[in-house]
Amino acid sequence: MPDLLIELFSEEIPARMQGKAAADLKKLVTDGLVEAGLTYAGAGAFSTPRRLVLSVEELTAESRPVREERKGPRVDAPAAALEGFLRSTGLTKDQLEIRDDKKAQVYFAVVEKPGRKADAIVAEVLDSVIRNFPWPKSMRWGAGSLRWVRPLQSILCLMVDEAGARVVDLEVDGIRAGNTTEGHRFMGAGRFAVASFEDYRVKLSRAKVMLDAAEREAQIWQEATNMAFAAGLEVVEDRGLLTEVAGLVEWPVVLMGQIGEEFLGLPAEVLQTSMKEHQKFFSVKNPKTGRIERFITVANIEAADGGVAILKGNQKVLAARLSDARFFWENDLRVAKGGMGEWAEGLRSVTFHNKLGSQAERIDRIAALAREIAPLVGADAAMAEQAARVAKLDLRSGMVGEFAELQGVMGRYYALEAGLPAAVADACRDHYSPLGPSDAVPVEPVSVAVALADKIDTLTGFWAIDEKPTGSKDPFALRRAALGVIRLVLGNGVRVRLHDVFENRFMDAHARNFKEVRENIRASLVADLMAGRRSAAETETALTNPDWLHAFEYMEAAAAVPDSVNERDLVAAEKVADAYVSHYSGVEWRNSEVPKIRDLLAFFHDRLKVFLRDQGIRHDVIDACLAMPGNDDLTLLVKRAQALQSFLSSEDGTNLLQGFKRANNILSQAEAKDGVEYSFGADPKFAENDEERALFNALDVAEQAIGPAMKAEDFAAAMGAMAQLRAPIDAFFTAVQINTDNPVVRRNRLNLLHRIRAICAGVADLTKVEG
Amino acid sequence: MADSATLPRSFQEIILRLQAYWAAKGCAVLQPYDMEVGAGTFHPATTLRALGSKAWAAAYVQPSRRPTDGRYGENPNRLQHYYQYQVIIKPSPPDLQELYLGSLRAIGLDPAVHDIRFVEDDWESPTLGAWGLGWEVWCDGMEVSQFTYFQQVGGHDCRPVSGELTYGLERLAMYVLGIDHVMEMPFNDPQSPIPLKYGDIFRQTEEEYSRHNFDGATTEMLFQHFKDAEAECERLLAFDAIDPKNGKRIVMAHPAYDQCIKASHLFNLLDARGVISVTERQAYIGRVRALAKKCADAFVTTEAGGASGGASGGAAA
Repeated sequence: MPDLLIELFSEEIPARMQGKAAADLKKLVTDGLVEAGLTYAGAGAFSTPRRLVLSVEELTAESRPVREERKGPRVDAPAAALEGFLRSTGLTKDQLEIRDDKKAQVYFAVVEKPGRKADAIVAEVLDSVIRNFPWPKSMRWGAGSLRWVRPLQSILCLMVDEAGARVVDLEVDGIRAGNTTEGHRFMGAGRFAVASFEDYRVKLSRAKVMLDAAEREAQIWQEATNMAFAAGLEVVEDRGLLTEVAGLVEWPVVLMGQIGEEFLGLPAEVLQTSMKEHQKFFSVKNPKTGRIERFITVANIEAADGGVAILKGNQKVLAARLSDARFFWENDLRVAKGGMGEWAEGLRSVTFHNKLGSQAERIDRIAALAREIAPLVGADAAMAEQAARVAKLDLRSGMVGEFAELQGVMGRYYALEAGLPAAVADACRDHYSPLGPSDAVPVEPVSVAVALADKIDTLTGFWAIDEKPTGSKDPFALRRAALGVIRLVLGNGVRVRLHDVFENRFMDAHARNFKEVRENIRASLVADLMAGRRSAAETETALTNPDWLHAFEYMEAAAAVPDSVNERDLVAAEKVADAYVSHYSGVEWRNSEVPKIRDLLAFFHDRLKVFLRDQGIRHDVIDACLAMPGNDDLTLLVKRAQALQSFLSSEDGTNLLQGFKRANNILSQAEAKDGVEYSFGADPKFAENDEERALFNALDVAEQAIGPAMKAEDFAAAMGAMAQLRAPIDAFFTAVQINTDNPVVRRNRLNLLHRIRAICAGVADLTKVEG
Repeated sequence: MADSATLPRSFQEIILRLQAYWAAKGCAVLQPYDMEVGAGTFHPATTLRALGSKAWAAAYVQPSRRPTDGRYGENPNRLQHYYQYQVIIKPSPPDLQELYLGSLRAIGLDPAVHDIRFVEDDWESPTLGAWGLGWEVWCDGMEVSQFTYFQQVGGHDCRPVSGELTYGLERLAMYVLGIDHVMEMPFNDPQSPIPLKYGDIFRQTEEEYSRHNFDGATTEMLFQHFKDAEAECERLLAFDAIDPKNGKRIVMAHPAYDQCIKASHLFNLLDARGVISVTERQAYIGRVRALAKKCADAFVTTEAGGASGGASGGAAA
C-alpha cells in the first residue's frame, strides 16, 4: 500500500497561521480521500514558515468498486416517468432490471462504479483543497488567479510504494506537482529530489530545515534555558511567544544578548513587554533579584561570524526601543511624583463614550460607587474612593500610550511614586481583573471595591444608553465585565443586592439627564417670556391648576400680551420647569429605566448560569434557585444552589422531590378543578389514620427547624430538615387516599398537601427541578 | 553596478547602489514626484500604475513628509521629512523575494551574516482605499523594508497584482553605516573635499518645519486649501472626456490625482496642528479616500490605465 507525501511550498506564511493550516491540510485531504473511498493507516502534518507538509501512511491503492441501486417508476407508470428516470440515471431501458416490489413490478437501475486509482483521487482532492483552503486571509499574486496565504511556489506530491516513488499528475494554476523541494532560504543548496517521507525529512534536515514545529520549540527552549542557566539566570516562560518564534524560523539558532546597563532600572514589565512586542525576545531574569538582565533572541541562520553581527544589530535596535521606553518612564515619574494632577486634568478632554461623557466623569462615577461598595467588601471607604480616583490616571502616561497592555501595571508604579498607600497602588494594577476566565480574582478589599465599581459602572452605563451585546457583537466587552463581577462577588463571598446597586446608578444617571432637561425647559420658557409670547400671570394661573400638564399645554398655545420680564416671570418659569420634570421624570423612569434594570439583572443571571454550569451545577437547579426572592444576591444564590444540588444527589433528596411533585400535582389539579386555593387550615383533628397524623407532626417539626435555618441562610440544615419529611410523606401517600368522598376530610388533606408545598417552596422552587 | 564586496560609505552611496541594482534588474528609474506626499506609495507611478492590466516596473527615491513626526532634528530616528526608496513591479515576478535579497546584498547586507526575516505585516492605506498582504522585512531584528503584494487600490481589485518594496532609507543606511543619530550620518563620502553629514543638510530644515508644522501653519488657510483641492479634483474629473478643442479623449486623471495628493498632505498638516478631533479624523480620511477612488475610476478608463484602444478615442487614428 502506497504512502503519500505532500508539500506545499510558499513564501513566508504568517507564524500565527501555521499550526491551524497544517491541521486543516491534514483534515481536508484525509477527509477527501476517505470520502472518495480510500482508507489509510495514519497521517501527520507539519509546518515551517515556508511549507505545509502532509504525510499519509498506507493508503489503499485504489478505491473499492461501488454498486448503487436506485428504485424507479412502476412498470405500468406513464412513459414520461420512465423517460425521466432514464435521463437521471444515464441508462437505457434494456439496462434496467424489473423486480417485484409489493404489489407491482418496478424498474430498478443498478449502477456499478469501478474502483479508482488512488493517484487520481489524490490529484482531485489536493486540487480542490488548494483552491478552497480556509486561510484567514489570502491573496493573489502575479498575473494568476489562484489564492494562497502568500505566493505558492511549488507543489510536491508523491506516491511511494514497493515500485518506488511516482509524482502525482496534478497542476494547479500553472504549478505542476513534482518530486523536488528546497531547503533553508540561506543555508540550503538549491532544489533536490526526494523519494519518500523519511528521505524528505533527512534531506531537509541536511539542508538546515527542522520540519517539526514542536521539535523547533523544544530545541529553542532547551538551548535558551541552558544558556541562561550557564550564566546563573533563568528564562521567563512564555508559551505564546515560543510558538510564534518557532513559526518564524526553519533552523532555530538561539543567541543571548546584553541589555544596556542604563536600562536595567526600568520596571521588569516594561522591559519584558517592549522586548516581546517589538523584538520577539525572551526575557532572562536574575532569580535572586527578579530583575531582567538579558534577552534571548532566536535567529534563523548559523552565521559565519557565530552570530556576532546579529547580536550586535539586535542590541542596537533594542537600545533604540528602550531609549524610548526610558524617556516615557522618566517623564511619567516626574508627573507621578507631582501627584499625577496633570493626568487627571488630561482625562477631562478624553471622551470615554459620546453618550457617557469623558474619562474624568467616568472616574467620578466609579469613585462614588467604590465608596458605596467599600463597606460591603470590608474596605475603607475613603481609601476605595481614593484608589478609584487614581486607578485610571496612567491612561495618560507616556508608557501606557506606547504599550496599552501595561495599563494598571504602570498605574501601580506611579501610585507608589506619588506616595499613595500600597493598597491603593495595588488597586491600580488589579482593578481591571479578572480579565479572562482563567485570570486571578483580586482579593485585597480596596482592589475588590474598585474592580467591582469599574465593571458595574461600565455595565449600567452601557445598559442605560441601550448599547447591549447582540449575538457575537460585544464591542465594549460587557459579557466579560459581567463575568468579572460574578467572579469578584463569588470569589470574595461578597453580600450585595445587585438590583439596588444598579438602581442607584440608573437613578443617578436619570437625575443627571433630567437636570439638563429642566435647565433647557427653564431657559426656553424664559426666552419665550422675554419675547413676550407668554405672561407670568397666565403661567401662575396655569400652575394653580391641579392638572398642571393641561396648564403647560395651555401656555404653549397662548399668545399672550407680554408683561415685562421680571422676577415673577423667572420664578414662574422655574416652577413650570420643575413641574414638567417631576411629572416626566417619573413617567420615563417607570417606562424606560425600570425595564432596563430588570434586563441587566437577567443578563447577569444568564452569565451566571453559564459560569455555574461550567462548575458542574445543573441548569434546573440554578433555575429553581433563581426563582427565589433575593436572587440578585449572587453569593446567597450560589450557596442555595450548591446546597440544593448536593441535596438532590442524595437518596432522601431524590425521593423527597418525588413526594413534593406528587403533592404539588394533586394539589394543583384539585385547585384547578375546584377553582379555589387550598392554602389554609389543615387541622390534625380531621386526620383519620396514623400516617396522616405522623405527617402533621413531621411538618410541625420541619417547620420549626427550617425557619431558623433559613433565617441563618443555612441551606444545608434547612434541606436536611426537609429530608426528614421524606419518610412521612411516602408513608402518607401509601396509606392515604386524598380524594375521599368526605369533603371535609378531602379539603383537610389538600390543605395538608399545601403545607408540604409551602415548606419546600420556602427553600427553593422545586417545580423547576427535573426528574 | 556598484561593487557589493565593499561596504558603502555614505547615505548617497546606498541610494546610488539601489538605483544601479534596480536599473540592472530592468526597472525604469524614475525621479521623485514633485509634490508633497506622505510616502512613496502616493507617487502616481505606484498608486495609479498599480491599476489596470499593463505591465510596469519602476524604481525611485521619494522624499516623504510626515508633519506629526517632526522632532526639531533632535530625535536620532524621527524626521518629518525623510526618504523612501520605492520599487513597483507589475505583475509581481515569481522571484521578487530573491530580487529583493539581492538588493540587500548590493548595499552590503550579507544574508549569511545577518538574520533576514519576513515577518507578517499586512499593509493598508485608508486614505488611498488600498490594501495588500506581505511582510515587514527584519534584519537582525530591525525593520528595514515593507514588502507588499497589492490586492486593491482606490477600491479597484489589482489584476495583475503588483509587488511593492519600500525601503526606509535613513534607517536602513544608519544600520549599514553603523550610525546612531541620523544627523551624524555621512551624506556624501566622508573622504570628499567637502564632507557633508545628514545634519549639515537637514538639521535646520527639521527645526524650521517642526515649528511650522506644529505652530506656524495657518489652519484656516489649510482648511480652505483642503476644500479647494477637494473641489478641484472633483471638477477636473467631471469634465467631458472628449476635449472639444481637438476631439481627443483626454481624461484628466493625473491632474485630478495631484489634487487628491494635496488634500492628503493638507490633512496631515492639519492633524499635526492638532485641530482635527478624533471623530473628524475619520471623516477627513474618508473624504481623501473618496477622491482617490474617483481618480482610480478615471485612470482605468485611460490608455495607461489599460483601457482598450477604442476607449482612447477616434482622434488617435
